[in-house]
Amino acid sequence: MQPPHGEQLALLRKPAMTSSAIPARNLAYSSFVNYQLDKAYDEMFEAPGVPRPQYRALHQTLLGLPPEELRKSQQAADLSFLHEGITFTVYGNKEGTERIFPNDLVPRIILAREWAQIEKGLTQRITALNLFLKDIYHDGKILNDGIVPRELIYSCRHFRREMRGLSVPRDIYVNICGTDLVRLPDGSFAVLEDNLRVPSGVSYMLANRKVLKRVFPTMFQDYGVWPIDHYPQALLATLRSMAPANCPLRADPTVALLTPGVGNSAYFEHTFLAQQMGIELVEGRDLLVHNNVVYMRTTSGLRRVDVIYRRVDDDFVDPLCFRRDSILGVPGLFNAYRAGNVTLANAIGTGVADDKAVYAYVPEIIRYYLDQDPIIPNVQTFLMTNDKHRKHVLEHLDTMVVKAVGESGGYGMLIGPHSSVLQREAFRARIQADPRNYIAQPTLSLSSAPCLIDGEVESRHIDLRPYILFGEKVTLVPGGLTRVALPKGSLVVNSSQGGGSKDTWVLRETPTKGDFRVVNGANFETFVAPSDTADAAV
Amino acid sequence: MRPPRNFYVRSFQRGAGMLSRVADNLYWMSRYLERAEHTARLVDVELQLWLDQSPEAGAGRWRFLLEALRTPAPAGEVNPDNLVNTLVFSRANHSSIVSCISIARENLRHVREQCSSEMWEQLNRLYLEVIDNQPADSWILKSHSFFRAVQEGAHLFQGITDSTMSHGEGWQYIQLGRFVERAETISCLTGTHFKRMAFTPEQAVESAEYLEWVGLLRGCGAFEAYCKAYTAEIVPIRAAEFLLLNPDFPHSVRFSVDRVNAALHVIGDLTERKAKLPVRIAGRLRAQLSFSQIEEILAGGAYSYLENVRAECGAIHSAIHQIYFDYPVETEMAS
Repeated sequence: MQPPHGEQLALLRKPAMTSSAIPARNLAYSSFVNYQLDKAYDEMFEAPGVPRPQYRALHQTLLGLPPEELRKSQQAADLSFLHEGITFTVYGNKEGTERIFPNDLVPRIILAREWAQIEKGLTQRITALNLFLKDIYHDGKILNDGIVPRELIYSCRHFRREMRGLSVPRDIYVNICGTDLVRLPDGSFAVLEDNLRVPSGVSYMLANRKVLKRVFPTMFQDYGVWPIDHYPQALLATLRSMAPANCPLRADPTVALLTPGVGNSAYFEHTFLAQQMGIELVEGRDLLVHNNVVYMRTTSGLRRVDVIYRRVDDDFVDPLCFRRDSILGVPGLFNAYRAGNVTLANAIGTGVADDKAVYAYVPEIIRYYLDQDPIIPNVQTFLMTNDKHRKHVLEHLDTMVVKAVGESGGYGMLIGPHSSVLQREAFRARIQADPRNYIAQPTLSLSSAPCLIDGEVESRHIDLRPYILFGEKVTLVPGGLTRVALPKGSLVVNSSQGGGSKDTWVLRETPTKGDFRVVNGANFETFVAPSDTADAAV
Repeated sequence: MRPPRNFYVRSFQRGAGMLSRVADNLYWMSRYLERAEHTARLVDVELQLWLDQSPEAGAGRWRFLLEALRTPAPAGEVNPDNLVNTLVFSRANHSSIVSCISIARENLRHVREQCSSEMWEQLNRLYLEVIDNQPADSWILKSHSFFRAVQEGAHLFQGITDSTMSHGEGWQYIQLGRFVERAETISCLTGTHFKRMAFTPEQAVESAEYLEWVGLLRGCGAFEAYCKAYTAEIVPIRAAEFLLLNPDFPHSVRFSVDRVNAALHVIGDLTERKAKLPVRIAGRLRAQLSFSQIEEILAGGAYSYLENVRAECGAIHSAIHQIYFDYPVETEMAS
């Protein structure tokens, strides 16, 4: 497969860049031989062979390591994922349905000032989106004022008429949000999409960190990385703050996590979060509704449930109300919700705000409700319902990324530059048949970062999904899940499409040039056999 | 005077009881793991004995082994290879070692958040190790290490469970599952043995049959413990007494029933339920084993006595299900 922009780019050659800085024994081999820079923003290098200040210590460490050692560390990490059962389920494949989510050992580093900007921007965004959801399920002012077209909302597959006029606790619809950010070639961040329904992946963020701490213990200290381990606690606090007004013990509500069950691709995450929060992990069959109150069946009888962190899609929550053939949900749950006897987090019907066509209006939505300019911009988006946009896109299909508006997980996508004529024609027909169902964006060059590929360091495209919690207050744990498109040149990072992930380090302070102590190569420890020569920082 | 259980901690703990489904999963996980361990030990012992025997004597013992494990005979001729296939690898037989460990793991996977991570890792590792084995030619001759690994894996899991998991209600269901299963399997094995063998209760067994009796004791992991108690001279009545009525040996029927009884009492307290049914059945069985004399039992026939023990275990099992796992919602709402 060609790199996204076709050009053959400057090869990084070892001798010119490293001769003076590293110990002689490392000169024999550089794991960066095959590292390529292209048009995309490179997270590690500002120019061929010149790492950004925050990456210098890491770069030095990697240079000092022979491929066998890198490979060994990676295998040990993979094995620990397998043994701990940190897996996801691949659908439609009987044997070996559990697979580990590939983890990459080279961390991605985000500067303190970059993070401050992200934090501000995402707080602004989730605040505006919640106001938007409240508005469209109540008065519809934004529709009356013509900012967002009415037909766009009412034609949205995830719009839930059942939610009209229903008030949710604290007026918060989205309690848990995962927003996908990309870094553009100029180094600035942009929002690629919001995930306001049941975003997943946060357990991998925590698992990656756990593994990296074992692999790079000393570097952690030297770098000053913000911890993320308090995420489950913050999530629990958010859920508890959502206790319904009718809850008999408002100070101590019973919270449960509703999972579709062991066959779900994110089942590991559900068990992990329930365990870390100390709440019950329930399946639909554990719950029942009586007189509009939700109970779970325990060995000492029925116990009332007040807040449900549901990891089940809207469609499957209640067979009496939504899909009748659902056996994952709980009959009568929606009525109990309407009666205000139980809180669902996220609320039902939030999908209308992460519809990819509504996404195009988010900057307007932010201006409308908050009277502010968006801090993190959107990616340019063409609406296929707009005649001018559609004409432009259809003429330039080979440079566009086309997405179905209601899909997630990387399904229903056309990546123009990597597509065949046949695929493009198929999408052209689909767009013309149902313009409302598609949007298009120019093919972005996602930033690239160094990854360990078979013992060598190569560049791969990445994005970033920070997790935002909104209860009593907005909470972001510093970092997020950096997803990696593992096939060379690929731009699709979804785990269902062969993506992996890596740890994300948010630094406590932004370094000035030369601020970082260079860590000797020997500091890199394989965590099967920790080296004795650790912690000799220069 | 000792304060009542939970006297200090109750006010800080969340509501009593745990999810019925979770309790059910823990119980079954534990039963299946116990069954895998028992089968591994028994098949291993049998294979060792088989090597010491003439082919004619060997043929009969496979049928006995299948009966002791309550496994229907495989189709066609019964030989060591297809027997091992049935008892070790077969997925069709839910009591084969591979099936048992897979089902135990699947049960634990459903309730991962309820056990410690160490427990899950151990069972998962055991599972990965076991499914790595494939039936192959002459696998049987090298199988000792496999059976050892299964037994050790199960023991390690139990140790990890006891030292990493809170000994609360969930742990009690694990105990319950293990000892209900153990009482049943030991009763079944011992009963089958006593039915098959001709013996004089008070007379030490002769060399021709000595190996069979050693096999019985080894199959219960009891040979060394028996020798400590009675020396290596095997007298049927002593073997029976040891396996049925010994209060201290962890693989005796009485010991297992004592544990079932204790677990049921604690669960009754913790769930604040007056669960009369299972406690009553277990108490009755326990009293029977505590006050029976081995002479009476052998006079009435060990096999029928042990069949009765098995039936009582079945009744305890059903009662647990009915009270804790699968109760009708209507009765709960009415109360």
